[in-house]
Amino acid sequence: MTVVRISDDALAIACGADDVADAFAKAGCSVERVSSWGMQWLEPLAEIDGMGFGPLEASDIARVLDGTSAKAIGRIEEHPFIAKQQRFTFARAGKTRPLSLDDYAVNGGWQGLAKAREIGGQATIAQVTESGLRGRGGAGFPAGIKWTTVANALADQKYIVCNADEGDSATFADRMVMEGDPFMLIEGMAIAGLAVGASKGYVYIRSEYPHAIAKMEAAVRASAHIVTPFVAEVRVGAGAYVCGEETSLLNSLEGKRGEVRAKPPLPALEGLFGKPTVVNNVLTLAAVPWIMANGAAAYAAVGFGRSKGTMPIQLAGNVKHGGLFEIGFGVTLGELVMTIGGGTESGRPVRAVQVGGPLGAYHPPAEFHLPFDYEAFAANDGLIGHAGLTVFDDTADMSAQARFAMNFCAVESCGKCTPCRIGSTRGVELIDRIRARSGRAADKVETLPQMHNARRAPRSLGDEIALLEDLCETMKFGSLCALGGFTPYPVLSALRHWPEDFGA
Amino acid sequence: MERLEQIIASHAGREGPLLPILHDVQAEWGHVSEDAIRAIASALNLSRADVHGVVSFYHDFHEAPEPHAVVKLCRAEACQARGVEALVAALPDYPRVKVEAIYCLGLCSVGPNAMIGSKVHARLDAGKLGALMETLA
Repeated sequence: MTVVRISDDALAIACGADDVADAFAKAGCSVERVSSWGMQWLEPLAEIDGMGFGPLEASDIARVLDGTSAKAIGRIEEHPFIAKQQRFTFARAGKTRPLSLDDYAVNGGWQGLAKAREIGGQATIAQVTESGLRGRGGAGFPAGIKWTTVANALADQKYIVCNADEGDSATFADRMVMEGDPFMLIEGMAIAGLAVGASKGYVYIRSEYPHAIAKMEAAVRASAHIVTPFVAEVRVGAGAYVCGEETSLLNSLEGKRGEVRAKPPLPALEGLFGKPTVVNNVLTLAAVPWIMANGAAAYAAVGFGRSKGTMPIQLAGNVKHGGLFEIGFGVTLGELVMTIGGGTESGRPVRAVQVGGPLGAYHPPAEFHLPFDYEAFAANDGLIGHAGLTVFDDTADMSAQARFAMNFCAVESCGKCTPCRIGSTRGVELIDRIRARSGRAADKVETLPQMHNARRAPRSLGDEIALLEDLCETMKFGSLCALGGFTPYPVLSALRHWPEDFGA
Repeated sequence: MERLEQIIASHAGREGPLLPILHDVQAEWGHVSEDAIRAIASALNLSRADVHGVVSFYHDFHEAPEPHAVVKLCRAEACQARGVEALVAALPDYPRVKVEAIYCLGLCSVGPNAMIGSKVHARLDAGKLGALMETLA
């Protein structure tokens, strides 16, 4: 019988994978639901004897089965999009059934945990430190240092918290880990628990990811006997972007409003319920089993400068070949967008690429030479964040994008600190005034004549722009967390590279 | 009320049980009522203001029932880059359907995307979105 493998991740399903799978089953095939290869423009993608077909609709399957389909893409593993990658974290992507313990164990699963048990906590932390692994959630803080701090803290209870509140637009790697290889994340958490002496771990998943929640809950139940005495539990967020910020997330887990906490104290010393807590992103914890199984040196051998290992890069927005591309740091932005991503899907010229989600900077094609590396982006007023790339073509209105970023911050601010809470609202008003002057649609232009200290005479455009820049500086340095602190990146980068969209 | 007590009891012994309780209450009744807030506060030894503060902080919880079917349409940057704003501008009014903005479903290369209940829909255009709205109206 013909065995057909089709992904059951949320993206494939949203593109109609369930219908395609049903059609194959009705035609007498044996259908296996596996994780996604990450070639999302080809979803739903079917694999038969290693050969790929996509993007499929139910009406295509007769031709697939009789060998005349125009949607054949050849051997999947030889496809340039796959062949060019260095897959560490996503080594099993496309190959295994997500909730099959057998598939996981046969394909290298649990080897990292076995190694950690063999060498003990201290040596495990040493491995993670030597690998150079930095937090993949955005801040890039060395994982080994965080783990050491928690390990050295004295407490009756410690926690591992996995930040799976992946709310950034253009990021979906966490979702793909949880939906495609959930045991890998649980293994990473168990290793972290062993390393620092934490018996309990929480995975905090955003409520916008119902498929990931279901898979993780099933995986936690299925693997409980393997990771014991470590206990993992899934917790569901409630629709608040700011809960991706680690201290907000901890408050949310405790059942409070997701307001950020001032640091210090560091969560590593006083985290969840006041206990020492490792808070790591999904990709950080998911990288750990590979490091333990293959050795720190093998991981550190890949990468660029101080950015070691691989990064699962997410190509999204108006891009021809969107999907997940894992490779060592150092590949240039232009190569990612133009060569691997194939340029825009609309066929129009690229105008801007936002790197790092809603708080990341917009980069023009003139910056395509930038190597993908924490330091190189920081030096160019940008950040790589969670490595999501959103491609925009030349129809994008950059002052509208700047307004969106400010407004997003105003809506999602937790309200704890003034620069973020008030600054973002004032920022929206400022951008509206600037846009109104250039004849663009202004959603709401306020002049506030009733305020006793309001200016009577309008400011010049230059003054308004200088004020916006000043406001952004205040938010950058005065905000308690990355939401207020990084919102200036999209705003200032749009202003700097596309002043014409601001009427300047 | 009995069902509410069951829900609260089912989370007894969990650390930080408020959010899981609120999720179950919201799933059961579609909103978190004033009575539910009172009962939860009493059971967890919190003030009603504390519970109200949490309910009102998160987008998922509502204190009143939503009379309309809800389509959560992603309006985040990746979907913007793929034309969601033009889709919204041309969307006719469906009286019994409410279109809510959501920020990212993690399907960022195949947008515009929407979620209805827990079902996700990708590669929406005016025709596909309109057909979805028709099924709910």
